[in-house]
Amino acid sequence: MDKHVDINLTVNGEAVTRRVEARTSLVDFLRYDVGLTGSHVGCEHGVCGACTIRVDGRIVRGCLMVAAQADGADVWTIEGVSETGEIRDLQDAFVERNALQCGFCTPGMLLTLAELMARKPDASRTEIREFISGNYCRCTGYQAIVDAVEMARNKGASA
Amino acid sequence: MKPAPFAYAQAETLDEAFGLLAEYGDDAKILAGGQSLMATLNMRLSEPELLIDINRIDGLAGISDNVDALRIGAMTRHVDVETSEAVATHTPLIAQAMDHVAHPAIRNRGTFGGSIAFADPAAELPACAVALGVTMHIAGSAGERDVAAADFFKGLYETAIGPDEILTAVSVPKIAPGWKSGFMELARRHGDYAIIGLAAHVEIDGGTFGAAHLVFFNAGDRPIGAPQTAALLNGEVWSEELADRLAAALKDELDPPDDLNADGPMRKHLAGVLVKRTLSPLAGA
Repeated sequence: MDKHVDINLTVNGEAVTRRVEARTSLVDFLRYDVGLTGSHVGCEHGVCGACTIRVDGRIVRGCLMVAAQADGADVWTIEGVSETGEIRDLQDAFVERNALQCGFCTPGMLLTLAELMARKPDASRTEIREFISGNYCRCTGYQAIVDAVEMARNKGASA
Repeated sequence: MKPAPFAYAQAETLDEAFGLLAEYGDDAKILAGGQSLMATLNMRLSEPELLIDINRIDGLAGISDNVDALRIGAMTRHVDVETSEAVATHTPLIAQAMDHVAHPAIRNRGTFGGSIAFADPAAELPACAVALGVTMHIAGSAGERDVAAADFFKGLYETAIGPDEILTAVSVPKIAPGWKSGFMELARRHGDYAIIGLAAHVEIDGGTFGAAHLVFFNAGDRPIGAPQTAALLNGEVWSEELADRLAAALKDELDPPDDLNADGPMRKHLAGVLVKRTLSPLAGA
């Protein structure tokens, strides 16, 4: 059986058609075939969260889906949600609160937190920590990240 | 790491999937949510020739109310179980467990049936399935059959699902009046696999325990029930002395393995801690 697959999908709102190796993960496809390197590759077994992307409106591990499965899907990466301005308050708050240092986890962290803020806008600090429990950050100790979420939503509420 | 090359087929129907399973045998793997499978492929712990994706087969996802039980389709995503009002109302043990099944991004993709069919002894849902006495609905080219949870888990990653069969749904009995459920696990990081965990389903009337099911996970090669310890609850009210007796009984009844997170004796100790922390709130203590 052929070890390649033809796929059609939208990435950040734009139609993409490619022929991919069946084993190519969705995040590798985005990085190497589409050229969007904002989604990072860390552990490649679903533990670190660096590859978090949005597929059909929900965050997923980009390393635990093959690109072939994204045929017909609506995929959003950090590049797309940055460009639309959807997460600008959160990004500003990350800068303001020093919620990143090396930045490797940040794209995944932002997409994860954007989903939390949409699903549970009033999440407590404990709930914020639980929601990002699948996203490793080795720089910040998470405190500043939780602060940034609180800051972003306060700004959202007052705007 | 990157997985070894494989071919990929998107099955449109169960029959198509059964046909591919028959043709490829052990060289094929069923791809459901993929949240365990893709990790094992990426680590090259497994190198199948073919992945049979069952995500697009109609009728495998969704939760329906069948009077005495909730029928949860095998391809129902964890997040949809987690946010289901029917699950929260009728199967509180499952509802309590969902928050501990990995992390949000994984729950968005991983499936209820996949977690049960994969039969990781450290996973939450197999233990809940045994504690609640669910019924597994399995289909193959020869037809459909039902298997009780107690007969389903055969060993490490081994289940009653045959080589050319697929788990299609699980029927979870609704909680009966007078019963309560409790769920707890001890893990290094919220959402990681537990060092040890407990799914408890107990009958309790005005503070007095009746029948009880205590099922531990990551305590052996499959969900491990503790019926002798559970029987000690019958007719008792909660007390520190009872907690101590239960903990002592678990040390005799359980034989958990050693691994890098904890050795057997530590797991036995933690089993007693879990029973105490899980049951005392159920008793209102």
